[in-house]
Amino acid sequence: MIGIVSYGTYIPRYRIKAEEIARIWGEDGDVISRGLGIIQKSVPSLDEDTATIAVEAAREAVQRVKIDTTKIGAVYVGSESHPYVVKPTATIVGEALGIGNEYFAADLEFACKAGTAGMQNCIAMAKAGVIEYGLAIGADTSQGAPGDPLEYSASAGGAAYLIGSKDVIAEVEAMYSFTSDTPDFWRKEGQPYPSHGGRFTGTPAYFRHVTSAAKLIMERTGLNASDFKYAVFHQPNGKFPARAAKMLGFSSEQIKQGLIVPYIGNTYSGSSLLGLAAVLDVVKPDERILLISFGSGAGSDAFVIRATKAIEDLERNPKVWDKIKGGVYIDYGLYLKFRRKIKVR
Amino acid sequence: MRRVAVIGVGQSKFGELWDSSFRDIVLSAGVEALEDAGLEGKELEAMYIGNMSGGRYLGQEHIAALIADYAGLAELNIPSTRVEAADASGGLALRQACMAVASGMHDIVIAAGAEKVTDVGSKAMEILASATDREWEVFTGATLASLYAMIARLHMREFGTKPEDLAMVSVKNHKNATLNPKAQFRREISLEVALNSPYVAEPLRLFDCAPLSDGAAAVILASEDIAKKYTDTPVYISACSQASDYIALHSRKDLLTMQAVVHAARQAYEQAGIEAKDVGVAEVHDSFTIAEILAYEDLGFAKKGEGAELIREGVTCLDGEIPVNPSGGLKACGHAVGATGIRQAVEITLQLRGEAGKRQVDAENGLALNVGGTGATATVTIFTR
Amino acid sequence: MLPRFWRKIKYRYDLVGTKCKNCGNSYYPPRNLCPVCRRKSDIAEMKFSGRGEVISYSVVHEAPEDLKAQKPYVVALIKLEEGPVITSQLVCDPENVRTGMRVKKAFRKYGEEGEAGIIYYGTKFVPDE
Repeated sequence: MIGIVSYGTYIPRYRIKAEEIARIWGEDGDVISRGLGIIQKSVPSLDEDTATIAVEAAREAVQRVKIDTTKIGAVYVGSESHPYVVKPTATIVGEALGIGNEYFAADLEFACKAGTAGMQNCIAMAKAGVIEYGLAIGADTSQGAPGDPLEYSASAGGAAYLIGSKDVIAEVEAMYSFTSDTPDFWRKEGQPYPSHGGRFTGTPAYFRHVTSAAKLIMERTGLNASDFKYAVFHQPNGKFPARAAKMLGFSSEQIKQGLIVPYIGNTYSGSSLLGLAAVLDVVKPDERILLISFGSGAGSDAFVIRATKAIEDLERNPKVWDKIKGGVYIDYGLYLKFRRKIKVR
Repeated sequence: MRRVAVIGVGQSKFGELWDSSFRDIVLSAGVEALEDAGLEGKELEAMYIGNMSGGRYLGQEHIAALIADYAGLAELNIPSTRVEAADASGGLALRQACMAVASGMHDIVIAAGAEKVTDVGSKAMEILASATDREWEVFTGATLASLYAMIARLHMREFGTKPEDLAMVSVKNHKNATLNPKAQFRREISLEVALNSPYVAEPLRLFDCAPLSDGAAAVILASEDIAKKYTDTPVYISACSQASDYIALHSRKDLLTMQAVVHAARQAYEQAGIEAKDVGVAEVHDSFTIAEILAYEDLGFAKKGEGAELIREGVTCLDGEIPVNPSGGLKACGHAVGATGIRQAVEITLQLRGEAGKRQVDAENGLALNVGGTGATATVTIFTR
Repeated sequence: MLPRFWRKIKYRYDLVGTKCKNCGNSYYPPRNLCPVCRRKSDIAEMKFSGRGEVISYSVVHEAPEDLKAQKPYVVALIKLEEGPVITSQLVCDPENVRTGMRVKKAFRKYGEEGEAGIIYYGTKFVPDE
């Protein structure tokens, strides 16, 4: 049985409200919040970045099972905000965790689905018997240009998954990807902020890939929406995953536990993985979870995950929702400083 | 060991000396010392320089030769040696000079201390912070002030020392400095001003912290028999000891005791044959006000934890039982890093000679305490008439 | 300064210190010679739990150039549960810090070698109560 052995998460503690951002740009905060389904988002502090988020999430994952970290054979960090453009984040994680030197490592980028791509790698390698444990991390401190609609959602956070075949708490029963070349959102070399196709990011990009991946994996596994206790979709805002769920026949009850975007924003590579973690926090043995990530450009990774008995023995505190709750609000001025949007000499 | 006497002293003005270069400042102190001793210059057999960081403050190493050169001594070809122990560099230079004369190696030597810090602007404090552990203290964002601040907070918690007590040290030293023409700050401050000044590193405020200054000082030492040829008022160095401790504050067993000071003081008292109560005047290393309180305790002027009582009761004021920092100390006379240890020696010599002008106190024995960093090096020198 | 930082990465990214097997004392930052046993030192690496207690602290207002954007920040003396006292930054609102507070390690960024230079990661502490 291959699957998730442990998981950990990290969400920076600062928050900014959509209403505060709207105040600066002369927009109506209420309308924006309702339109996007985002009340507030997380903001990293000056001493936090994708590497620190990845390490903290990975440490939590490892600590919960207290494994010898040298048994981890692979580290994949998916992000679109790696601190270095050239120089891996994965090695920082490896060193901070004391993994040693014998491990496979790489940074991955596929917009918001690089974390689940890392999970696929680990699952495949564990299945092939190449590694005993693999660490797949999705983490981001995503960027939205000042004044861009993305500024309301682009946030920071991450989740780490320890993949292996021993003491699996949630079996990955199936995985699948739906991929096409669809430039809905991108950032070119040297550009500080991403660009996007506006409403084009909806139907041809997010919805096409998410629903196709979901339908195909259900078809292949012979499962229906009702076979799943929970569904987690990539959540660039509060509206998209709700609509995707509806299109696929999932109820709002099935997606509620994993829908965290209204309170922390879109954590990009961390987004669907943090949602999954929120679900794992409460899932009971034998309950099934459908996980569908989405990465612009574009593609969706689909996973059918089923909790095992072992999940009851895993220390699952602090829970994702506990971390979402404890926030410190900042104003737009501090936000600019924390996000280094003000040039300091 | 021969008895060593101070036969000449000199010091530059302390402060932001925009018009003067490093060489100018050293020269002014050196010439004053030669004039004071009545020497021509060629009598000097060796030179010892205390300088913390010519390299980083000036981009200049090989400070000892440079100073000998600009002091006009190049053609005498005498040995010139620079020693370094952060802001205790001056104390080390004094001790080296002392040993050279006491041992019989040399008869007349000069010990100087000098630093020019204002050329690097706001980087000056960061350079001084390298007096602590660069890897494990400075790396974390700890400043020298914050390290002393943590000592102060602990002292307050353990012994009930108050921010007012610290402020009183500053008020006293500022008052003394008004009487010292060489001092950087010659202005009295009120307790209110000190207590309401902005925080530098809580609980320490601006007036708890000595400035960083440009300045130089020099003393000329000679063996007892030779000293008598040059001066009728020789001041003898009856002990000059030095001790060290862990470089980082966090490594020390007792964060509220500077073991280097305790050890150096114990040795010095023993060698001089006196006790703490025999000290009539002292210059101590008040880089931060809490450091002066610690000095009272570690030098044995007060029991551990009772240092603040001395300042509360006026014991260390100019007209008190043991006047401390009559020059104004590092706080108000100025802290020219590597010059400080020598400047303290100059002040004690002037006091014991009876040449300290309006800040003159009556004393038989004087003590100078020079500390490097947060206490990893300390020198204690005892002077007697 | 790149090699200098790299050399200590192991000890900065996590609380890896040393222990003297002769006397049982543990050291963080690591020491290769035990100050108690000196020549009789028998040093081995040791990983600390990362839990400790604030012994004293200061809120830094006058910060070095590189840390100006972060002021006021908290620097603390932390006694690790294994014994050693270390100097570290404490990620905590200045008004909420107190002596005796329980803290735990956190992986954070300390600074960087200028905009184009390498990033200095290291261990800080966060409240744990």
